[in-house]
Parts: sequence; C-alpha cells; structure tokens
Amino acid sequence: MSNAVLASDRPGSAPITQERGQRAVFCGLTSIIWLHRKIQDAFFLVVGSRTCAHLIQSAAGVMIFAEPRFATAVLQDRDLAGLADANEELDRVAAQVIARRPEIKTVFLVSSCPSEVIKLDLANAAQRLGEKYDGRVRFIDYSGSGIETTFTQGEDSCLESLAAKLPADDSGEPALMVAGSLPDIVEDQFARLFEQLGIGPVHFFPARSSTAMPPVGPNTRLLLAQPFLGNATRALEKRGAKLLKAPYPYGAEGTTAWLRAAADAFGVAPGHFEQVTAAPRARAERALEAPRERLTGKRITFLPDSQMELPLARFLQRECGMELGEIGTPFFDQQTMAAELPLLPEGVRITEGQDLDPQLDRVRAARPDLTVCGLGIANPLESEGLRTKWSIELVFTPVHGYDQAGDLAGLFTRPLARQDMLEV
Amino acid sequence: MELTFWTYEGPPHVGAIRIANSMRGVHLLLHSPQGDTYADLLFTMIERDRKRPPVTYTTFQARDLGSDTAELVTGTLQSTVDRFRPSVLLVGDSCTAELIQDQPGTLATGAGLDVPIIPLEMLAYSRKENWGAAETFYSLVRGLLNRQAPEPGWTRPARPQGQRPKVNLLGPTSLGFRCRDDIIEVQKLLESVGVVAPLGASPQDLLRIPEADANICLYPEVADTTCAWLQRTFKQPTISTVPIGVGATRDFLQELAETLGLTECEVTADAVCRLPWYSRSVDSTYLTGKRVFIFADATHALAAARMAREELGFEVVGLGTYSREQARAVRKAAKDYGLEALITDNYLEVEKAVAELQPELVLGTQMERHIAKKLGIGCAVISTPAHVQDYPARYSPQMGFEGANVIFDTWVHPLVMGLEEHLLTMFRDDFEFNDDKVPSHLAAVGGTSHRPAEAPAAEGADDAALRWEADAEKELKKIPFFVRGKARRNTEKYAMERGVAAINVETLYEAKAHFSR
Repeated sequence: MSNAVLASDRPGSAPITQERGQRAVFCGLTSIIWLHRKIQDAFFLVVGSRTCAHLIQSAAGVMIFAEPRFATAVLQDRDLAGLADANEELDRVAAQVIARRPEIKTVFLVSSCPSEVIKLDLANAAQRLGEKYDGRVRFIDYSGSGIETTFTQGEDSCLESLAAKLPADDSGEPALMVAGSLPDIVEDQFARLFEQLGIGPVHFFPARSSTAMPPVGPNTRLLLAQPFLGNATRALEKRGAKLLKAPYPYGAEGTTAWLRAAADAFGVAPGHFEQVTAAPRARAERALEAPRERLTGKRITFLPDSQMELPLARFLQRECGMELGEIGTPFFDQQTMAAELPLLPEGVRITEGQDLDPQLDRVRAARPDLTVCGLGIANPLESEGLRTKWSIELVFTPVHGYDQAGDLAGLFTRPLARQDMLEV
Repeated sequence: MELTFWTYEGPPHVGAIRIANSMRGVHLLLHSPQGDTYADLLFTMIERDRKRPPVTYTTFQARDLGSDTAELVTGTLQSTVDRFRPSVLLVGDSCTAELIQDQPGTLATGAGLDVPIIPLEMLAYSRKENWGAAETFYSLVRGLLNRQAPEPGWTRPARPQGQRPKVNLLGPTSLGFRCRDDIIEVQKLLESVGVVAPLGASPQDLLRIPEADANICLYPEVADTTCAWLQRTFKQPTISTVPIGVGATRDFLQELAETLGLTECEVTADAVCRLPWYSRSVDSTYLTGKRVFIFADATHALAAARMAREELGFEVVGLGTYSREQARAVRKAAKDYGLEALITDNYLEVEKAVAELQPELVLGTQMERHIAKKLGIGCAVISTPAHVQDYPARYSPQMGFEGANVIFDTWVHPLVMGLEEHLLTMFRDDFEFNDDKVPSHLAAVGGTSHRPAEAPAAEGADDAALRWEADAEKELKKIPFFVRGKARRNTEKYAMERGVAAINVETLYEAKAHFSR
C-alpha cells in the first residue's frame, strides 16, 4: 500500500506517514453510544443494514438496560429492488419511533454505508419530516457511515450538521463555546472554573437538551474539548466563531494551557488566572505522582482509533514520563492539532491511516510496554504477552480536566499493575 | 425498512466469519467498508479468542467508490494469500459491498491464485447470521467434496462385518452456545467419531466426511443444509435428534443405534446422570408447575421446552424462537404444549409476552436476560446471542448426560428455594426476610433495589371501570412477589369478565379459586 509523506510543520522532526490498507476501526455510528446519552431528548435513527444495528450493540459491549434512544431502520430487499418507496418507508418508521417515544424532541437521521451507496437522500427526508412534524419534532441528518467517518468522526459529523442549525448570536458580546461531548461531571467542573475566572457566558456544545443548543456568531470564541472535531470546527467558523488555539485538556499541563487560551481571549488578568487554577492544578499534579512512578520510562504505542492519540501521547510523555513509540491516528487534522504537535518530542513516528497487518508486525517487533488499541485486537496482543489498553474506554470515561488527571493516568497504569500482581 | 432496536442475529457475513474462525487453514476475504471490522471483537472479547479471526477486510472508503473498488479486491487477494497461506480462501461481500456489485468471488476465481477459492453469496438484505453460517459451511463442504461425489444412483455399500461404525459431528461453531464443551460430551457417548466440523476442523478433515457411516446434525441452524446435501450425495443418513436433556440423549442413542444397525445401547442415564434423581428428590417438589417462558434459537428452545416439562416438572407458558428457518418445528412443538409459538426477531414483542405472562422463570438469550432483569424475574441463558459471562471458564456442556446435570443446576439456581418460598409467604412482614430481598443464595448477585415497580394492570384493563379497594391491594401485597403479578392479572381478568368494578378481598380469593387447578 502507498506510503505518501506529508510535509510537516515541525522543523527537524519526522514526517507523518500515511498508510492505506485494512483498518481495524469502528465507523462513526459508534459515537451514537455516547451521543444518545449526552443529548437526552434526542433519538438517533440509523438508516442502514443489520450490520449497523449489530455494530452499535456489539461496540457498546453490553446492551444498555433501558430502552435505547437509538435504533436502525434496516433496509430490506424490497427497499433495494425499488418495490418500496424509500421515503414512504422512512416516514412510516419515523412515525413508529415518535409514537413509541412521544417525549423525543429531535430525531437524528444517520446515514450509513448502504444508505449512502444507494444515495438515499436523508437531507431531503429530514426537511420533509421536519415539515410534517412541524414544531413537535426536529429532524437533522448526518453521516455516521464507515465510508465517510471513523469512530469519533461520527460526533464530528453530528456536530457539523447541528452547527448549521444553531441559533444566530448577534449580541456582539463575547461568548465562549466549548465543543465536544463531555461527561456531565466534567462539564460542571469546567463551568465552575470558567465562572471563577470570570469568563462568560459559557455554552457547551452539544447541550444536554436538543432544544437548548447554544447560539453561535462572530462573537463566539470556540474552545475544543475533544480533538476530533475538525469538520464541526470549520462549520462553526463559517457561522463566525473564532477557534482558540489550545492543546486539549488532558493532565495538569494540558488543562492549564486549555483554560489559559480561554482566559487570554477573555482578558483574564494573569494573577487572577494563577489564583483560580493554582489549587486544582496542584491537586492534579499530586494525583499524577504515583502513576508517574509506574509509567516513567515505559514505552507506549498507539494504534489508530479515536484521534485522541496525539494529545494523549503528549500527556503521557510530558506528564507521566512515558517513551513514545509509533503514534497511529485514523485521521490527522492540521488545524485541530496545531497546538499539540509542537509539544511532542522531535522524531516521534506518527502514522495516519492504517494497514493493519504490517502495523501489528511493527508492534510485535517493538514490543512496547503498553499498546493502546481497539477491542478487537486487545486480547490477541495480550495473548502474545503484550499489555494493552482498550482505546474505547478513553472515550467512555471522564478523563478531561484537573480532577480527572489521575484517573486518566490510572487507565494506563492498571494493565501494568495487573501484570505485576498476577502470578498465574 | 424494519425498525430494529436490538437484534438477535448479526448479518449473514458474521455467520461466514464464525465458520472461518471455527476452522484451521481457512481464511475469509471480506469485501467491506471500514467499520465492519467490529466483528473481530465478537470473537476476541465475547469468546475471549486469543487470535483475531482469520478475516481480511478490504476496507473501502468513499473516495474508493469513485475509482475502482474492484482493484482493491484484487490487490487484497494477493497480499492475503501471501501473508496467510490458507488451505482454502473464502471470498464474500458484506452488506455494502453487495450493493456495489464488484463480485469479489468471481474476481478471486479468475485471479489465478494458488489456493482453492470458495465464493460466498451472503444475501445481506434478506438473510441473517445463522443462515450465513449454514450457507458458508455448506458452500465449503460442497466446494471441497463435489469432485468426489459419486454418480447419481450410487448406493452406499454396507459397513463390513466387524468394522466399528463411525459418525461425524456437524454444526458446532465458534461463538455457538457451549459448543466447545458439547463436542467433548457428545464424543463421550460415541465409540468412534469421524470428523467434527466446522469447530476445530481443517479443510483436509472435511475431505474425510464421506468416510463416516452417518452425520450427526448437532446444531440444525448451522448444519441442516450440509447434512441434507451429504445425505443426497453420499447417502449418509442424518441423525437429527439433538441430545439436550436426559430423554433427548436417550432418544439420540436409540436413533444412533437404529441408524447404524447396532443392538441398543446399554447406557442408562441413571448411571451417569444425576438429573433424574435430583428431580425426584423431595426438595424438588417446589419446582412442580413453575411457570417458565422459553425463547431462544430453535434448537435450544425445543430442547428446553421438553426438559422443562418432562424433566423438571415445570409448566411451559410461552415458547418461541427468532430462528425463522426452523420456525415450523417450534410451531409444532408449541401446539403440543397448547401454546401458540412466538416467532419473531423483535425483542419488544418478546418483552410484551413475558410481561403479560408473568412467568416465574425465563429461559432465553442475553435479550431475555435483560427483559427478565427489568421485570424482576429469574432467568437462565440457554442460547446465543450470549455475553462474555456465558462463555464460562468451567466445563459446562448442555448436551449429553453431564449437560443435563449442568442445565438442572443452572435453571434451579435463579429460583427461590422450596422452604424459603413458604417462609416468605407465611411471614410477609418480617422486616429482614421478605420478598423484596434477593433469594438468600443469590445475595451476592445484587442488592434489593432491582425489584421493579409492580407489573401494570392487564392490557386493555379500563382503569376507570376497574379499581382495587385498599384492603384488596393490601392483601395482594401479602402474596410473594414472584406470583403477585399473575395474581393481579388473574383477579382483574376475573373481575372484568364478571363486570365487577371494585376489587375487594373477596374478589381476590374468588379469582384464586376460579383459576386454581
């Protein structure tokens, strides 16, 4: 497979290698697992195949106990043979969903590989259904397909679609928008810190309710809480938002730099910033002391998965003393990684895309102390004596901010601690 | 389009992966977009396999659709064969690839590769996982054995005098329910086994299938088509009794003896199986007439229904399956139990049936486990789809005599024990020991908070026309939780039939007498 080389903006450092071939990654539909918990009055209706339905329930690992706020409209032979009118079928299924869940305010119509290949126009369908349920239920379409999106890019695609529909903010007063789904507890922590810093109003995007999505306009200062929102960022910029360049809020250093980007944009006095952040920052540093002892000098490799790889590698190298092997990322976005790249050590190997088998050969040859990888590959690597960390846990666990710095490091120490404990 | 929340079966290509992953020396090339690789985790996480399944995904993306996805297939074919050197290469489409019609099977056949190719047609938009497994196994067996097929009209020569009969075990697969242990247990019953396939077999093993005197169709969902073809082509009779339960295992041995012309087997269950005595032991009296709801794949549902009634003395109040291919047999069995079979792949219909029937035990898949948990009813998992905890470390077959022992323990475990049940009824208001508590032997399983709200009134009950007086409501609470829902439903039904608007204590006991048998 082709190995093209991308020009790097890090003088003197290794270039980013691009790989093509077999990938072992989830598609964007997977992000529905957390998006449907985050936006509590929304329903995610995938228009796809049985594979889509099976993927979401398998990737979730366990089925969620309550009736899920997502489902798949599974395409059948008669839909493909043109025996059934796709629009009528979709209207019928949407009516079923709404009858079953009358409290739903927004239905996301999520396109999949098969629906995109047969060119089912969900944008059109969303508009038609929106008119039909005028005022009661909104319909928004986005792509979660594997041919367009990788894992977390499903959220990017969802937020990109939402961005175009956000209310306009022409108040002229500066407002901060924090983009990317965060666990509620982390969102609340950040909200308190911004308040103490005197930054406001602060809007989190997506909001917990689909009817309370934040406004956007030329006064919006955009701070990304998640590193996988390239397309959503550009859609928000089109609406006038200005992106604040910052690393991502992992660890004490990352969180401080992230908060500082907002503080600088809102003219917070350095002394005040120091005063507000000193205590939580010290707490985070204290929480990192024990994990750092275990992680220092240990070598880590990332297989491509969530686009969180670069910021996590930065955190583990700078704050936990780990040595970086290959960092795989499914997709490298210059804009969203602009503040992260300079923080990585020179010469680190970054691979964009994947060719699975050769990449696994490199892992076997390098035998890192820890490999961050998808669920499908973790046990096979463990059985070869390599310690792994499931990457999906990094997306499902509160890991951002000062008070989660220790937990984040803990996700990486646990496999190593377990190795030391087991005597079988 | 069909609205689907949870699905019992995956798409057909997951069935194909199950066959490939069961075998040695078989590799599957799957033309598919990125994302379809999620299937790996079914095997490495649920079944805890130590290796990735032997699958190469072509992983096409949107940008490839504009150019040449067929080229991607051709390139991947060569690199896959070079890297894995399989004895046989299966080539198929996942759902999306089926739409772009690159015909990877045809491309592979024409690619001049130095390996036998078996093309697969997976029909992703009309079929499902078990069908995909059955079709793949059949394609593989037929593809490899077609060349040795005898002329039509050929008859199988009689087994030479003194030669021990040999049978094949067909159907066990990777990700199947307890297949790993079942094949060990079934082999204990047999003197001489030919080929066990697909689990653990190589393509070379499949070539020896025609040597055996008969085929045992252990899992009809997977092996039915193959056994029928072998019977037609190689005149190998199919032994179709599935040996789950004491009675079925005996029947299985008898069918085996008859098919192979042996004097009947001397093995009696009592010698090796504790179920018959355990079930007759007085402490089991409380099992009598326990109301059980069964929903599973057809094989396990049918076996469970027979065991429940004949071997544990339960009452089967509901029976169904998601295996539409085997629906006829389940319909027939349900009729024998005086029931109408529930044939559906919509778990919401199953949930509705369980809520209405208020059984005391649910035997089902992981879906029914969730349903039962939600409704506060005991449950045992008897079939796929199953979770990681249903792939236990210990030896726990379902088939044969040890399988019957395992099943007895598994089904009795979630129930409230005999005397405990009485004590709960007698002293309802004991603040420490009441039915809001988990049964004593299950205390570690969960706290007391899992009991859901009371079952709602019977479907169709008109709230305005029917109400419970306070004393009747209080009396109802004295009935143990696990039968309370049934008592409420019966009373309301009784009241409605008689036009009683207000239910009092008398109505409750009138209804009890009316429905008692």
